[in-house]
Amino acid sequence: MKLKFLTILVLLVIMSSCGDKAKQEVAKEPQKQEVAKTKELEKIDPMKDKGVGPIKSITLGEIDNALAEKGKGIFKAKCTACHKINKRFVGPALKGVTKKQTPEWIMNMILNPEVMVVENAKARELLMEFSAPMANQNLTEDEARAVLEYFRTKN
Amino acid sequence: MKTIFKSIFLFAIGVTFLVSCGPDTSKKSNKGAISGNAAEKVYVAPGEHDSHYAFLSGGFSGQLAVYGLPSGRLFRVIPVFSQDPEKGYGYNEETKPMLMTSHGFIPWGDSHHPDISQTNGTVDGRWVFINENNTPRIARISLETFETEEIIEIPNSAGNHSSSFVTENSEYVVAGTRFAVPFPQRDMPINELKGNFSGALSFLKIDQETGHMNIAFQIKMPGFNYDLSHPGRGKSHGWFFFSTYNTEEANSLLEVNASQNDKDFIAAINWKKIEEYVANGGGKKVPAKYAHNLWNDNAHTATSVIEKEVLVVEPKDVPGAIYFLPTAKSPHGCDVDPTGEYIIGNGKLAAAMTVHSFTKMEKAIADKAFDGDAYGIPIIKFEAVNYGVLNQPGLGPLHTEFDTRGNAYTTFFISSEVVKWNVKDLKVIDRHPVYYSVGHLMIPGGNSRTPDDKYLVAMNKITKDRYLPTGPEVCQSAQLFDISGEKLELLLDFPTIGEPHYAAGIAADKIAPKSKKIYRLEENSHPYAVKHEGETKVVRKGNEVHIYMSMIRSHFSPDNIEGVRVGDKVFFHVTNLEQDYDVPHGIAMIGAKTSEMLIMPGRTATMIWEPKQVGVWPFYCTDFCSALHQEMQGYIRVSAKGSNTPLTFTLDGDIPGTDEE
Repeated sequence: MKLKFLTILVLLVIMSSCGDKAKQEVAKEPQKQEVAKTKELEKIDPMKDKGVGPIKSITLGEIDNALAEKGKGIFKAKCTACHKINKRFVGPALKGVTKKQTPEWIMNMILNPEVMVVENAKARELLMEFSAPMANQNLTEDEARAVLEYFRTKN
Repeated sequence: MKTIFKSIFLFAIGVTFLVSCGPDTSKKSNKGAISGNAAEKVYVAPGEHDSHYAFLSGGFSGQLAVYGLPSGRLFRVIPVFSQDPEKGYGYNEETKPMLMTSHGFIPWGDSHHPDISQTNGTVDGRWVFINENNTPRIARISLETFETEEIIEIPNSAGNHSSSFVTENSEYVVAGTRFAVPFPQRDMPINELKGNFSGALSFLKIDQETGHMNIAFQIKMPGFNYDLSHPGRGKSHGWFFFSTYNTEEANSLLEVNASQNDKDFIAAINWKKIEEYVANGGGKKVPAKYAHNLWNDNAHTATSVIEKEVLVVEPKDVPGAIYFLPTAKSPHGCDVDPTGEYIIGNGKLAAAMTVHSFTKMEKAIADKAFDGDAYGIPIIKFEAVNYGVLNQPGLGPLHTEFDTRGNAYTTFFISSEVVKWNVKDLKVIDRHPVYYSVGHLMIPGGNSRTPDDKYLVAMNKITKDRYLPTGPEVCQSAQLFDISGEKLELLLDFPTIGEPHYAAGIAADKIAPKSKKIYRLEENSHPYAVKHEGETKVVRKGNEVHIYMSMIRSHFSPDNIEGVRVGDKVFFHVTNLEQDYDVPHGIAMIGAKTSEMLIMPGRTATMIWEPKQVGVWPFYCTDFCSALHQEMQGYIRVSAKGSNTPLTFTLDGDIPGTDEE
């Protein structure tokens, strides 16, 4: 009887591990993904690197001061625990960041940091340098856009 | 009579022995349980979700445990009536008021019967209610936050046991009295109980928007013991049924003296009629003293108010609203089938199950088919209300739940089994042993018109040899059955916390999508909250030092504090600035005579530390929050009483917020 149970269990395990669904589950495990992808991450020109996330393309016009002011407030509330403009703190100083990275990359780093540190070479490099992972503070796309505008005033 | 009782008792002991000492039987069934595809039926693959939530009472732990079905995995223990140092519940300043009563702060409770709110006779997943038996209270737990939001004490009551069941539109949650007491309490001889004590039945109105409870009225019933209850539904909606025992009104050695009558009663209460009577100015407001504790999710703080009066209704003043239905013998569970037609008394000392008919009851009332009265409350003639009896189904029937196919499932404590029977035919269909001494059972949606009848959970008081032994105290347990077929199929054993008196279950998709993930910082109205690091500071007021502290991966702000002195009372007001799902932080301070605080994203909590010795004392994050969790710590310098060390607070050498640019 015991044997029968064992057999069923083993069969079950085999069956479930052969299913497509199970494969997806494995792929979801971040560590494995990291291992698999480490070699693939290619460094690209930071001013062409849009990063990984919801923001595919941003067109920048003249600086919108009202939007920048709104972004300053959001930055203060959600970001200053780790970032300062002129000084390296928990994370990097943000002065001139819009000269170093694309607007899309900056917004994706705000909106999608968990995936960025795994899939984007620059984001991973920053994680290695600063150790503390970028926290997702659940900003909306509009809020992230406002923070980007604020950064544009800090060049 | 005594001799008969004795022989029943001896017989019961004998049966218990037979059941518990029969290794062969149990082993056989053990194998039987997994001979089919039981493992497959309870297997939830890694990363997959269960199909149902089950909320199991923690009994004498005072809490409520959340499990998944069919896996039987424990997800969370929700602190309700007892302090929980793991979460800081009842220890931090914000949650202490939740445990206030008219007797002061009480750190423990005995939780019993969870019941989920309903709309149109179907469980809706808004709230789960649970009663506290010892210091009578009813709690309401949010099923968005899975936290206790409200606790109301029940005055003029004791042994709050026939509680906390809800009506089919959550109009009311009820609280009954199991230990008759003087009403109001007074100094009098115990042996004058008979005729002088009362058993209050309280109806708590539920605000449909907020869930807030208030005691709409208390019915001052005769001093019997009101053991369990269930609402009418469908055709019997508007009625509530309570089982009684000790109609003998004995005041000592109840195990003998409360078992004299062959029949006790089920009390049938027409609450709609009483509601109407009260709406027209009926009832009398009398002085009372009871705590009403309410949690506020924006202020992240509870308040406790002592209420001063309660509206009391005397049965004699509302003729036609209350009747007694004779029921064999010392009935425990009082259960109503999904159609609302059948009311079942589980006569724990009887050889038969009593099934009453609501239709017959209405006719009997119209025909005045009464057999005298008890304290002015008409007793309906047994034959006039009884649908039938199920003879000898097992020993010690306690509780019954139902499926949608006309079947009832009853637990038998003494013979340790669950019996499936057809209510209309009064015929036993199947029986299955349980291990051992089963109390309640639960079918998701069991107290409603629409049971979700795939699973049945039996909750057992005794496990003995079912698990690896853990010294004299071993776990109680739940056993999961598949009831979708003709036969009961045992699928799984899983251990439970405390004593799983009763449980409530619901399909996961009614709760999971609306489960709260974070508290928005913008909505945080706690008076000591900080909205960003620039607001963190330390303020001295006499010998009180208030630290406005923040936490985020992975540091505190401020993390260096000097100028605290021996004899100070230091308040840590700590806000978690994270706005991401599943990133709580904890904080613990060396020598603080309280628990840690576990603080969810966007929430503020407060603890007090009274340093007794000079030195430099560390505090740290208790919940592994990131790769730099070990680095999440700080220091407080404590100087001697009267020292002039200046009060300073810094992070990385600066006053927090001075260098935001």
